[in-house]
Amino acid sequence: MAAISSARTLYQKIYTSHVVGKLNPSTDLLYVDRHLIHEVTSPQAFSGLKLARRSVRRPDLTFATMDHNVSTQRRSMDAAGETSRKQLEALAENCAENHIPLLDLTHPDQGIVHVIGPEQGLTQPGMIIVCGDSHTSTHGAFGALAFGIGTSEVEHVLATQTLPQQQAKTLKIEINGELSAHVTPKDVIMAVIGKLGTAGGNGYVAEFCGSAIRAMSMEGRMTLCNMSIEMGAKAGLIAPDDTTFSYIKGKAHAPKAEHWDSAVQYWQSLHSDIEAVFDQTVTLDASTITPQITWGTNPEQVMAVDQSVPAPDSFNDASKRDAAERALAYMGLAPGQKLTDCKVDVVFIGSCTNSRIEDLRAAATVVQGKQVAAGVRALVVPGSGMVKRQAEAEGLASIFKAAGFEWREPGCSMCLGMNDDRVAAGQRCASTSNRNFEGRQGRGARTHLVSPAMAAAAAIAGKFVNIAATGNVPGDQA
Amino acid sequence: MSKIFAQGLVCPLDKNNVDTDQIIPKQFLTSVSREGFGQAMFFDWRYLADGRPNPDFVINKPEYSGASILLTRANFGCGSSREHAPWAIQQSGFNVIIAESFADIFFNNSVNNAMLLIQLSKTNIELLFNRCAQGPQHWQIDLQSQEIMFGNNAAMGFNIDADIKQRLLSGLDFIGSSEQLKPQIADYEQSRKASQPWLG
Ligand code: SF4
Repeated sequence: MAAISSARTLYQKIYTSHVVGKLNPSTDLLYVDRHLIHEVTSPQAFSGLKLARRSVRRPDLTFATMDHNVSTQRRSMDAAGETSRKQLEALAENCAENHIPLLDLTHPDQGIVHVIGPEQGLTQPGMIIVCGDSHTSTHGAFGALAFGIGTSEVEHVLATQTLPQQQAKTLKIEINGELSAHVTPKDVIMAVIGKLGTAGGNGYVAEFCGSAIRAMSMEGRMTLCNMSIEMGAKAGLIAPDDTTFSYIKGKAHAPKAEHWDSAVQYWQSLHSDIEAVFDQTVTLDASTITPQITWGTNPEQVMAVDQSVPAPDSFNDASKRDAAERALAYMGLAPGQKLTDCKVDVVFIGSCTNSRIEDLRAAATVVQGKQVAAGVRALVVPGSGMVKRQAEAEGLASIFKAAGFEWREPGCSMCLGMNDDRVAAGQRCASTSNRNFEGRQGRGARTHLVSPAMAAAAAIAGKFVNIAATGNVPGDQA
Repeated sequence: MSKIFAQGLVCPLDKNNVDTDQIIPKQFLTSVSREGFGQAMFFDWRYLADGRPNPDFVINKPEYSGASILLTRANFGCGSSREHAPWAIQQSGFNVIIAESFADIFFNNSVNNAMLLIQLSKTNIELLFNRCAQGPQHWQIDLQSQEIMFGNNAAMGFNIDADIKQRLLSGLDFIGSSEQLKPQIADYEQSRKASQPWLG
């Protein structure tokens, strides 16, 4: 590698190494190493391409899956209804026509796009990865610059394998110290969002660093980067290390043996230089983070589970006060209320935030030998076929089933309820997903975002539980 | 090309953090077409549970019927990357959105659909809402001079990225302009293959 004249951040290194050319003084054309597509945001891109008589430039760098709109009850194209079937068929046709590899519903490894990318070894350090989905930020856990794009951009990438971009600002989020036993990466990112706000990261690429991040597994890092979009950041990034390399090694699309050493050598250069200057820096002490839960209708409306629901008056900013008032009305909550006194109707363990094997282990540890409370509907939706098989082999599936959980096929499911997995109006849901927006899980649905262990505990107790106050230690976070 | 990018009635949507799940709920994302999203815009706010229009929702008020400029507050368009959100807004007749700030992906998606998104300071947004409180407003947007014109020679300036301004004024094909760099793309692919053969 050529010597660098000045210190750069990880983001700047990846950005500059992908510049194909300049479109104008402030816009660069960047090369895209991986383009992941799914059924919901791609059909209009393919029809646009056809209309303009363009073809897919690099089908070999494009990968497709079916996830958003699939039934998680049974594996059939029409199981989630007629319009869903049409969309799934359109994806299958577009992939066949353009020779794009597709993990369709019959494929044993099918799953949520952000779960399967890493599992298949498609996600690697230093890459630029895009997908027509905002949680593409997940892949930043590997030190890849990964971000969500819209359908016009999907069409642009299909046609050119590039994307026009301008340099973003850089935000360093340093988290040092050790997490307490019951605190998970989900709690960490929710605490960060609570601190920065849903728009705090707008215009920035956030790099997470510090000893607490180094100690996290790849699953935990993915949870963290997954939700960086919830503070508005363009992408989340974590410099790759030995944890990253050993996760990738041996995966289907990982660099082959003859290239492995040079790949790792390159990956080791992917970190922010010591003198690199960030536009903004935020520091957190891991030991101060406690189990988190959202009380409102956006991810920044979050608190420690043992706190009381805030009064709108407690916010100095008029718009936040107003937002809190509307949120409490929608959520059916009163200021001062404890969520640990609040009954839960539905529990959803799944989504690209928390449907990996480690998440299911954490939940199963809490569930083992217990029963889902009467009147609670609880489901576990593994993120992919691989996760599902592993959970079955480890006996986690039987723990969930014995406790009264529904054990489903992989997909996005109740994270956004495009299929038939919905939360009814007025029902309260403990969800391991990433968005508590009004109506996200169904019209009138009341979503509380929590970690897998907290969701599991809520299913058993029939109300929210402070996991730190129970004897349960969630599954191994190492 | 006329110097007026847009003109029309302003609809004030007095909310922060309007997310794309609100702009276009998931049940409308199953379409494979780019058309037909207009009626679904703000579905859960716009229609009552029984399907009738919600008379209290600002967009349904008769005085805002036919509006083409949407005025709103901070962090508009946060959440999902669905381009169905700008499609729905555009197909409902809006081609300009004025806000204190926008979420990144929503901003790009809108520009890629030739919509003009104007970002103003909190103070200026407040001033615009105050104007709307006085009765329905008709404004003109001059993109060349970067001004919102209220009539009677009153105007408010705005900033816009030079490239975006150029794209909107010239109506350049998004993909076509990048395709002019095809030789560079091919060069990049070659050197990428040489230095990082594992990437394919
Ligand atoms: S699980 Fe939810 S957030 Fe993740 S890709 Fe699917 S719908 Fe989007």
